[in-house]
Amino acid sequence: MNRLLVITKRLLQAVPTVLGIVIITFLLTRALPGDPAAFFAGPAATAESIAQIRTQLGLDQPLPVQFMTYLGDLVTGNLGQAITTGQPVLQELISRMPASLELTLFALLISLSISIPLGILAATHQDTWIDQLCRFVVTAGVSLPTFFTGLLLVYVFYFLLGWAPPPLGRLDIISISPEHITGFYLIDSLWAQDFETFWSALKQLILPAITLALFTLAPLARMTRAAMLQALGSEYIRTARACGLSNGKILRTYALRNALLPVITTLGMVFSFSLGANVLVEKVFSWPGIGSFAIEALIASDYAAVQGFVLAMALLFVALNLCVDMLYTFVDPRVKLDG
Amino acid sequence: MNRRQLLKGAGAAGLGVAMLPFLKTNAFAASTDTAVVLIGNTINSLDIHRPGTNRPSYQVAINCYDRLVSFDLKKLSNGALAYDYEKVIPELAERWEISDDRKVLTFYLRKNANFWDGKPVTAADVKWSFDRALALGGFPKVQMAAGGFVSPDQFSVVDEKTFQIKLNKPSKLSLPDLGVPVAVVINSTVAKTKATADDPWATEYLHKTPLGSGAFKVARWDAGQQLVYERNDQWACGPVPSLKRVVVREVPSQATRRALIERADAQLSFSIPNKDAVELGKNDKVKVIGTPIDNTLYVACLNQIFEPFRDSNVRKAIAYAIPYEQIFQQSAYGLGAKMWGAASATPTEAVWPQPFPYDTNLEKAKEHLAKSGFANGFEVPLSFDLGVSDWAEPSALLIQESLGKIGIKVTLNKVPGANWRTVALVEKKLPFLLDNFGGWLNTPDYYFFWSYIKGNLFNASNYDNPKMKQLIDETLHMETTDPQYKPNILQMISLAFEDLPRIPLYQPTLESAMSPSLNGYTSWYHRQLDARPLKIG
Repeated sequence: MNRLLVITKRLLQAVPTVLGIVIITFLLTRALPGDPAAFFAGPAATAESIAQIRTQLGLDQPLPVQFMTYLGDLVTGNLGQAITTGQPVLQELISRMPASLELTLFALLISLSISIPLGILAATHQDTWIDQLCRFVVTAGVSLPTFFTGLLLVYVFYFLLGWAPPPLGRLDIISISPEHITGFYLIDSLWAQDFETFWSALKQLILPAITLALFTLAPLARMTRAAMLQALGSEYIRTARACGLSNGKILRTYALRNALLPVITTLGMVFSFSLGANVLVEKVFSWPGIGSFAIEALIASDYAAVQGFVLAMALLFVALNLCVDMLYTFVDPRVKLDG
Repeated sequence: MNRRQLLKGAGAAGLGVAMLPFLKTNAFAASTDTAVVLIGNTINSLDIHRPGTNRPSYQVAINCYDRLVSFDLKKLSNGALAYDYEKVIPELAERWEISDDRKVLTFYLRKNANFWDGKPVTAADVKWSFDRALALGGFPKVQMAAGGFVSPDQFSVVDEKTFQIKLNKPSKLSLPDLGVPVAVVINSTVAKTKATADDPWATEYLHKTPLGSGAFKVARWDAGQQLVYERNDQWACGPVPSLKRVVVREVPSQATRRALIERADAQLSFSIPNKDAVELGKNDKVKVIGTPIDNTLYVACLNQIFEPFRDSNVRKAIAYAIPYEQIFQQSAYGLGAKMWGAASATPTEAVWPQPFPYDTNLEKAKEHLAKSGFANGFEVPLSFDLGVSDWAEPSALLIQESLGKIGIKVTLNKVPGANWRTVALVEKKLPFLLDNFGGWLNTPDYYFFWSYIKGNLFNASNYDNPKMKQLIDETLHMETTDPQYKPNILQMISLAFEDLPRIPLYQPTLESAMSPSLNGYTSWYHRQLDARPLKIG
């Protein structure tokens, strides 16, 4: 089937999912304890001024009316105003999503470049010291909470050794952000050929990315090892060996390629949960990401911001699942993308 | 277009081309004209009048705008600088006159005071700004009303440089209330051009672009990340700041802020936890300044809607059962002013806050409880705001333990920040709670007005005593020189001692850590950063 058609079909299938998410988040945010009007009326608000703000926020309307207004706004691309940060939600998402994505993708890159070789080595050298090392790294990675690793890294590499730059977000104080093209500072600064900013952004990125990589390393290494073991034990590998193929060729072409499928599935899952779960890393490194934005909004019952965040994540996941499925077809031609 | 061209363009559009010169200086961290300040929360607007503007944003009103008057600075006994409530000094107004009946205030504006765009500050700007504070409602309106400013009719433009306020009744609070952060003066000529039919007070524009005459302009605001102040060299309302640029960075993690200040990558970490203040105080490379916050108390409120708390003996039992010293050590780390153990139940000084005549004495507590209608004890939930759990949680745990010893079973109820204001202050339905109210205007009657009159916002205890109300009504606007003033205040304090709707735990301090070379740090009642007097070296 034509690939484009399949993609369109898959996207259409996502429409009911997204619609469901829109309804559920709308209802859930309203069910949150707390009254945003009272919260934002300020330190010496009177009942009168709270009522005034409630009207301004449209919260005095019945729920169905609020929902219709919300839908109408969504259609026009208006996600409302985030009260916690005072900016339009859309603008916050546009500036914060790339910050989180850049951090998460960079972390995954580090994580993949370590976990896949480690997993392969552990599988081919089962029960040797390499396997034990893999086991140790995996256990440590899973059991150390990210804020702890983050603080530890800051303490050692910034506070004690002074190698890392101050954990002050995406850029040091003397640099200013590159012109917004993708929102990824590494890419945007290269585009503008501003290597100083690129270098600054990279330096700021390394420590939080390692923190996150340590956390995501475990499931990936684990999965690579298990899948490789399974592949290496299968009959086609025995056949390949019997045919006298070189060890390297067997590993790369036959075992690894077959083992990659579950790894990609895990990768998709790891990516999605780390994007949501890096709130603590964002806090420690003052990273202006999507996670800390969502948490602050949730604490303040900031309806528009929470709804915008959930919606953006939902859309991202739909896209991500599609990408993962597409990757399957490249890795294993037997897998068909059906609508 | 490359980035530098873009920046030039942006600078022309008012975004701050002046960012460029300091961009590539390597001596940045060591420079004496730039300071990096760390804060833990987010500035969510540059307009203090706008509904939804949060507390940390008030610093923009302080640093970028001028008020008619300000407060002089004084040196405290610990060497720290603080504002002086007793001395109202000129800011935009070079002088003022108060009529004999004290109902007309006439302000003469400085001839040389200009907005950043060079336009002179006029009485019309003052009127427009005050009208705006009233019209936008919410907190600015409430704060203006505290000074007796309730209607735009009270404000009039006499001539270009003369502004007049007519009061409905004379009040000692009027003049100081013109020095609070909300009473800012905005460049109305420009603001009016940005107003629309839906937005007659230009809230959308001023939200992101301040139009002031103050000591600092905003060079850059990256919401959620940083705010960069840049000195206004033409500032006419006070000594031009020594710092050319102040970078306020939002760093949510307390541990990170501490690492930054210890590594000297920032010059000031504004408002730090007491625990850090104590520990950093031992570090030679960091200077810690803490001052008690005027007219502010951390208290336990006993709500009158809860039946046992209507019994005076129960309230006294609790006042004797609270482990004050332990709370002071464990939740305040010994920083602050003790508010218990006064020798006499008869106050002699008209000062507030002052120690209450109770201390931890479980025997007396048991006696009082035995005399009450609840000799067998009772069960009560103690509520606190999760947003202030750093001091409230240890305090609550200690109170829980101690009240348990006299037979009052306390359960803890942690309320999320978004919910706190509604249940505690608006609905006032929590039986037993910890509160941290502080009054901006520093007189005892102002504190009592907000928290000891039935129906007023901070009276979370639903305290209602006609005698107290009458005293407050009589005294609130009375001059402190009035012969009746002191006796009235003493009576109020006696009632507070006796009726115990609020039992003070201690008076808190505001602690900040800074590099030893940073001078001029000043404590204010509004608990916000004043960058104007800061100086490096």
